[in-house]
Amino acid sequence: MAGSGTAHLRPADETLLRVEDLVVEFPIGRSGLKVNAVSKVSVDIKAGETLGIVGESGCGKSTLARAAIQLPKPTSGTVLFEGTDLTTLKGEALRQVRPRMQMIFQDPISSLNPRRKIGDLVREGLEIWKIGDKASRDQKVDEVLDAVGLDPEAARGRRPHEFSGGQCQRISIARAVVTDPKVIICDEPVSALDVSVQAQIINLLADMKERYGLTLVFIAHDLAVVKNVSDRVAVMYLGKLCEYGPPDDIYERPSHPYTGALLAAIPVPDPNVRPGEREALHGEIPSPIAPPSGCRFRTRCPKAQERCAEEEPEVREIAPGHYVACHFPVDVDEELDFAHGAKRAPGAKIGTPDAAPVTA
Amino acid sequence: MSPHRTKESLDADRFPSAPLEGTLLEVDEIKTHFKTPRGLVRAVDGVSFALERGRTLGVVGESGSGKTVLARSIMGLLPRKNVVREGSVRFEGKEIGDADPDQMRHIWGSQMSMVFQDPMTSLNPVTRVGRQITESLRYHLDVSRNYANELGVALLDSVGIPEPERRFREYPHQLSGGMRQRVMIAIALACGPKLLFADEPTTALDVTVQAQILDLLREQQEERFMAMILVTHDLGVVAGRADEIAVMYAGKVVEKAPTSVLFTDMKMPYTEALLQSIPKLSDKSHTKLLTIAGRPPPLVNPPRGCRFAPRCFYVQDKCREEEPPLIAGETPGHEYRCWFPVGTPEGKEALERNRKAGIAPPPPSEKSEEATATDGQREGALSANRASAPGGTT
Repeated sequence: MAGSGTAHLRPADETLLRVEDLVVEFPIGRSGLKVNAVSKVSVDIKAGETLGIVGESGCGKSTLARAAIQLPKPTSGTVLFEGTDLTTLKGEALRQVRPRMQMIFQDPISSLNPRRKIGDLVREGLEIWKIGDKASRDQKVDEVLDAVGLDPEAARGRRPHEFSGGQCQRISIARAVVTDPKVIICDEPVSALDVSVQAQIINLLADMKERYGLTLVFIAHDLAVVKNVSDRVAVMYLGKLCEYGPPDDIYERPSHPYTGALLAAIPVPDPNVRPGEREALHGEIPSPIAPPSGCRFRTRCPKAQERCAEEEPEVREIAPGHYVACHFPVDVDEELDFAHGAKRAPGAKIGTPDAAPVTA
Repeated sequence: MSPHRTKESLDADRFPSAPLEGTLLEVDEIKTHFKTPRGLVRAVDGVSFALERGRTLGVVGESGSGKTVLARSIMGLLPRKNVVREGSVRFEGKEIGDADPDQMRHIWGSQMSMVFQDPMTSLNPVTRVGRQITESLRYHLDVSRNYANELGVALLDSVGIPEPERRFREYPHQLSGGMRQRVMIAIALACGPKLLFADEPTTALDVTVQAQILDLLREQQEERFMAMILVTHDLGVVAGRADEIAVMYAGKVVEKAPTSVLFTDMKMPYTEALLQSIPKLSDKSHTKLLTIAGRPPPLVNPPRGCRFAPRCFYVQDKCREEEPPLIAGETPGHEYRCWFPVGTPEGKEALERNRKAGIAPPPPSEKSEEATATDGQREGALSANRASAPGGTT
């Protein structure tokens, strides 16, 4: 896996947001080492689409989305948003783009200022951007609160601690849509919620997308959730893209061994599926400080060969619209043996550090 | 100082060689209420069950349904102040419901232990991992320090931690989340408990790590003939792993059944709704999820009648007035609290009436060919389950 390349990108004039060869590195003190959080990843989104990004913790999915809105600025690469390269913008010019890109975070309770009232929290964006007069702001706040399913009268004067997690996430969504953004980045918006509330928020996001004409980037580690909300899915591993395409294709015919492993790990609410029958991925994600050479997944991959250690796979099309970065993509009926995969895989022949567990 | 015990006598204690029969734990009408300024919070309100040796009970429910408080009440981990406790807990035939901490200290760790939800905060950050594992070994088993260390390293190895000798000397912050949860499991298993509580052991972890941890728990359980109470909010987690499942809502068990019965013949509308709100891999993308509107009732003044009534698609006037008792189902061991159970003539009639009145959503339009049942809603949920089975393999 561990793919670079831009074969899967659509023409720049068709897309709203186009991220090309994005690299994000974080230096570690003065050691000269760096964390390779995102390494040459390219994705694009058309207006009105939802891009789902999945992967384990530490795969760089949040960093990718945050770097796309220049928080933090990427180390290299380009981010085209409505035809402008955001990486070249600075200061006020960049600030002017911000109301059109909003973000929803994972923990709804800690992402709201506990000392402020809900009405003020939601209104904040309008005041900063001096949109409308007082009356029209009041009206807008009431409108979005109502849209996210809260009673504006009751909610406006209360503070975040008076609401449950699901309700706080609704408030975060109201806050995000109030400035009429084009793109909303949802960083694990339902991971901290109960299944019943999760379903409510997923449905709400779909409604809001329709109502306000939004384009969503949806980050999650739950594949079933991502499948439900997305038009295209990007599977990431250790700062690289593995597989990219329409969700129904990816989930029916996972071509990258890692995607297969992720799918196999999902607990299925059916007692007839015995968990032992499905082999889960073994080991842990290697350190992004010294990632494996070639394909970064090779240390845990049951299909790894010498070539995977020497040459990094490029993203290529294996079915219309379905892209994979793997030298040896999986056939539909192939059974993978993750239990013994790591042992059979060729070792660190080229002297790469192997599978040191991630800390921090 | 008394001479330390031999390895052989220890192993006999820690690893029973044959599965033991009989009831291990009996919980009878246990109630745990908290005194708060707002009033009495009835977190657990009359829960009864029995657990056989070596079996697994899954406890499922939303946040605030009382599942964690139930586990802690049984184990006696709640503070004494401002807590009202009633009911009896019998462990191996002995009443421990009213035991004080001094008595419980001999039971915690050696007889029953717990794996907590958050591995990040449950370990002591300023103590080496090894010390945290050997602490209970030294206390309960009376072994020498060297032998305890040896056992500790072996335990780390058995829970799948690579380089156990090195990890044994490290601090928790040097381990990843999955590894910390493995250490928590090693600590809980150290003295060979007969009963393990796993309180949302995988909620804070990734799916791949979750699968590893759940497999590890099952492996260890089979090896040690240990009973387990697996507390979770995810029906998917318990589906393939529990022998029996108890669904909790607002402090009460609303449905309890052997796992296969619960999934094929659920009677409680809450169980059905919980299952339907899980996004399924077999569904096409952008499938509208069925949701449970609102949230659980306040436990200070729970509504009269059935506590799920305000959110239920099957609700009738009777539900708002009278609380349903635990009714025995057709299958032995199946119990539920509902006046209009799913899949029965009364239930269907109630649902139909509510659909006409607009309280319940219309039946899902797309129906799977293989489904033969007539109840639209449940059919949708079950056929989705069946179809999702192949999705689990690569």
